[in-house]
Amino acid sequence: MTEQFDAIVVGGGHNGLICATLLAQAGKDVLLLEANETVGGAAVTETFADDFRVSRCAHLLYGLQPDVARDLGISPRLASDNMATIALDTAGKHVRIDGARAGGVDSADQAELREFHAQMLKFSGLLRTLLNKTPPRLGSNRRQDLVALAQLGLRLRLLGKADMREFLRLIGMNIYDEVEERFGNPLLRGALSLDAVLGTHLGPRSPNTILTLLYRWSATGGRISSPAGGMGAISDALADGARRHGVDIRTRMKVKRIVVDNGRAAGVETEDGTTFDSLTVVSNADPKHTVMDLVGTRHVETGFARRIHNVRMQGNAAKLHLALDGLPTIKGLDKKDLSQRLVVAPDADYVERAFNPAKYGEYSPQPVIELTFPSLRDDSLAPAGKHVMSAIVQYAPHALRSGWSDETRAGFERVIMDKLAEYSPDLGKRVTDSELLAPVDIAQRFGMGGGHWHHGELTLDQFLFVRPVAGAAQYALPLEGLFLCGAGAHPGGDVSGAAGRNAARAILAREKSA
Amino acid sequence: MTIQQVKQRPLQTPFHARLAEIDRLNQWHNWKGYSAADAYYDHGLEYFAIRNSTAVLDLTPMTKYRIRGAEAAAYVDRLLTRDMSKIRPGRVAYAVWCNDQGQVIDDGTVFHLRENEYRLCSQERHLAWLTAAAIGMDVTITEETADIAALAVQGPTSFSVLKNLGITGLDELKPFGLLHTDFEGAELMVSRTGFTGDLGYELWIAASHAEPLWDALFEAGRLHGIRAIGTHALDVARIEAGLLAAGDDFLPAEETVRPGRSRSPFELGLGWLVDFKKPNFNGRQALAEEQRRGSTWRFVKLNIEGNKPAHHSYIYAKRRGRLKQAGFITSAVWSPVCKQNIALGTVRVPHGEAGSTLWVEIYYQREMHWSRVMAEAEVVAKPFWDPPRRRATPPGDF
Amino acid sequence: MSSKSPCENGKVTGVALSTGEEIEAKIVVSGMDVKNTFLRVHGQVGPPRSFPPPREQLQDPRLVRQAEYRAGRDADVPGIAQGQSRCVNGFMHFTDTMERMERAYDDWKEGTWSKDPYVDMMIPTVTDPTMAPPGKHFMSCFVQYCPPKWNGRDWTDEERDQFGQTVIDQIAKFSPDFKDLILHVEVRTPREIENEAGLTEGNIFHGELTMDQLLFNRPVPGYAQYRGPVGGLYMCGSSTHPGGGVMSAPGANAAREILRDLKRPSTVPENFGDD
Repeated sequence: MTEQFDAIVVGGGHNGLICATLLAQAGKDVLLLEANETVGGAAVTETFADDFRVSRCAHLLYGLQPDVARDLGISPRLASDNMATIALDTAGKHVRIDGARAGGVDSADQAELREFHAQMLKFSGLLRTLLNKTPPRLGSNRRQDLVALAQLGLRLRLLGKADMREFLRLIGMNIYDEVEERFGNPLLRGALSLDAVLGTHLGPRSPNTILTLLYRWSATGGRISSPAGGMGAISDALADGARRHGVDIRTRMKVKRIVVDNGRAAGVETEDGTTFDSLTVVSNADPKHTVMDLVGTRHVETGFARRIHNVRMQGNAAKLHLALDGLPTIKGLDKKDLSQRLVVAPDADYVERAFNPAKYGEYSPQPVIELTFPSLRDDSLAPAGKHVMSAIVQYAPHALRSGWSDETRAGFERVIMDKLAEYSPDLGKRVTDSELLAPVDIAQRFGMGGGHWHHGELTLDQFLFVRPVAGAAQYALPLEGLFLCGAGAHPGGDVSGAAGRNAARAILAREKSA
Repeated sequence: MTIQQVKQRPLQTPFHARLAEIDRLNQWHNWKGYSAADAYYDHGLEYFAIRNSTAVLDLTPMTKYRIRGAEAAAYVDRLLTRDMSKIRPGRVAYAVWCNDQGQVIDDGTVFHLRENEYRLCSQERHLAWLTAAAIGMDVTITEETADIAALAVQGPTSFSVLKNLGITGLDELKPFGLLHTDFEGAELMVSRTGFTGDLGYELWIAASHAEPLWDALFEAGRLHGIRAIGTHALDVARIEAGLLAAGDDFLPAEETVRPGRSRSPFELGLGWLVDFKKPNFNGRQALAEEQRRGSTWRFVKLNIEGNKPAHHSYIYAKRRGRLKQAGFITSAVWSPVCKQNIALGTVRVPHGEAGSTLWVEIYYQREMHWSRVMAEAEVVAKPFWDPPRRRATPPGDF
Repeated sequence: MSSKSPCENGKVTGVALSTGEEIEAKIVVSGMDVKNTFLRVHGQVGPPRSFPPPREQLQDPRLVRQAEYRAGRDADVPGIAQGQSRCVNGFMHFTDTMERMERAYDDWKEGTWSKDPYVDMMIPTVTDPTMAPPGKHFMSCFVQYCPPKWNGRDWTDEERDQFGQTVIDQIAKFSPDFKDLILHVEVRTPREIENEAGLTEGNIFHGELTMDQLLFNRPVPGYAQYRGPVGGLYMCGSSTHPGGGVMSAPGANAAREILRDLKRPSTVPENFGDD
């Protein structure tokens, strides 16, 4: 006897959990299937070495959309909030960025940063309103699409003439030109460039890297925090909420295919051969995997399959976790400073140079690094007196030309440790255990194609009305009954929850209008 | 070694030497890059070979794709609008395929050669589309236009000619059937297909065996009035048969840039090729929507008064006692065999229902002087020319 | 030529030539690039503070990426052609992978010319023999990427010639007898292009064609309608919408706007469409 549900959510990442919860809240009988042992997707806290735990993939919280948190009643306990970014300098002349304030730079740069910060805040606020709703269908004559499009235009116009012009100018521009024009201090330029390209296959000179920065700032204006218990705490809260609303969560159930019957989605089949029936199937998996593997291209139109096939989603970020028997030292920083967010990105040119090899399938010999010592803020992560370092390292292309093997992983880890040693000579001696997750590992472990955080590059040709591709930006895929709710859908990735919430709303609205 | 203006030679089919030998008119044109003749000695006489004896047309320039692989059957079924599961190995199907918007990319013939192996034959080239349609499927697409030499052998005596050539099994070969046989050690495929609306066959063989086949065929047809023909004669015959030509009667959808310039299968009178019982084929959603909403255009076959061919003419319909422009002619010719002034055209719905009357504004020129007539035209449902011999199995032995 | 546009009460009054001659006019239309127009020529009398906006919006580092290279050659078309290929009629490229083009750009980002440049080569005399003495040929190459400055300083003549040699070496790889055929070589880096043709930093499009400098942002936001910040001063060059590439649309568009301001009927065709 095949079990039947009103809706099946494939994948229990945070967006899947949010979508499932909201559908259940609306009275739906929802099944959520997760391939791994625990839900949470890329927002999980796991043991990587004996007694050492770490946020295994995403490690800082900045993207959770306030509307989403409010709707779902989530208010994560934070181990630290409003973290500063410290742009590391080998000579100890670090630059500390606290929102609009910068320490260690001259007054001209301070003034420029204040202006830049205010402008980015304003524009990221505008972007936020776009991210938290389904994008209108372009070229449609339906009333709701026309109204949404008109609202979008109006909101832009309400910025005022000067800001509207500046927004339209900046949106396609690269971060390199902007920081080169504005700032004199190379560390400041480097740190802002890094923020713009983190998690992407883009360098500071790549097009629309101001948009990626605005995207990153869209939820909280660039304010970075860290939940107590790591990122897994967010997922645990979401999973609790889902269960409370009656979502049937089943883990270790890897979906093999989405069942298509008579031209529409009709359920799913798991690897072990179990089938579940539902006329609404919502995929938290990336769009490529969903269409190419789970559905099969033969069930969708050729032009659509071609567009999905061509979605760019090359991951470039590796994750390095270190178990430390004590806190390393960095010249010019005290213990409190070490609990902030530290970045190795000494200049915009440095970041761009780090990106160059990634274009040719090689990892950066001089990588850029975002590192944190989460155990300084949260003693549940490491035994007393010991510490954990969690770092995101770029660039490490998913399609490494020489292939990701134990050898190349070790090689890249050496490169990273050498780079970190320039700042903290005693770090290496403190290491008792380490783990390097290359994009292929992230792809495999967290089920994201290409190991790309956003399930698809955040570029203008894959953004808003055309995310993931034209004809599927409204969460409904062109196969009756099938929806997307993950980072590959509008607006994109990060632990933001916008895609999951927008998807649930779109599904419910569609049902209402049918 | 000096710089000179180097002229690109047109492609030549493997029959070119034979064609050049019989050519008297020097009326060559470019058919998808190949040299092809409008006519070789007299297009009128060539035309009558189709209707009275046996006409041979070199159709090597037709674009040919080989589709094979474990999922070839599933592939063609999704690509084409008609139900391909009904087309067994050894059968040929006339078919159309559409883009995502349900607009016709092209029409063509699909030969089910063997289990999971097909040949798709069309006027235009479509490798990009066919390759895109293969994404995620276990199937390979190969263009074999230059590798396969092809001849159309059409006309009432064509059956006798091919029997004379020594081909066996023709008696049982029904329209849209195919058989494989041996010709001097090479595999010769014979299909009972054509573009003339008459009894006829098409021969397919490796390019290396083209000339021997040509020679043997003409030897076998010597006493049956066999003649080589050019594309002009073929064009007359296909209009009489009511068959569409890509580029004339419709444009491949992927080549149009202006909205509304492409056509759906319904708008080309090919609704019978669309099988909604299939759960999925390319363009299905859009075509279902069109069926619900109604089409914009209608394909019409016109029997026009007078004898002035209506090339490129406007078509008018009467509304409230006045003639209003309703569409235009896409192909037109005086039909020698029907003794009718016939044309194919496209008109806006609701005009053009079978049996209704339309008007065609014909401009014609005689020694530089232009004249205009407004000719009455009747919309006909059936092809202008459709003799029983086209379907008779076994065909008559003339 | 002109060294400044005289300006009174926020209105242009004419142009002053470098010879000292002044020509009065109510309307001055600049076909120069926007930097030349406002920073070098008009700038001497001080445009309003708001123009161009405080930060330089035409992004210097990206301005120029090409050098032009010309060679006179004698009769033979080298290896690639052998007199048999139609290739010699067209543009010839030696760049067989996108990676090579990308790497050529990486060099430019570092402030040097591409060691393995992208060459866009043509031999105009193949189709127009009048451009060279009988039996001889003329070859022209566009070469990318080539920064206007060499690591921030001016090019030296030796560096320029070295760059030319790089291009010749690349062509010679595909055409072994090429070097023997050369009668005369001229290499024009962005420096020469700027000096001779007056294009700022040698940018042939009068400003990079990027999203932030296109459409309503071209040349700069707020001044995309061919009018400058000074009354009577107009722009009609490639700096304006839609941009460069001998396409003539900026000139036609500007003429239309000027006629509108003059309240004269527009004699410029509105539409070249074919429908």
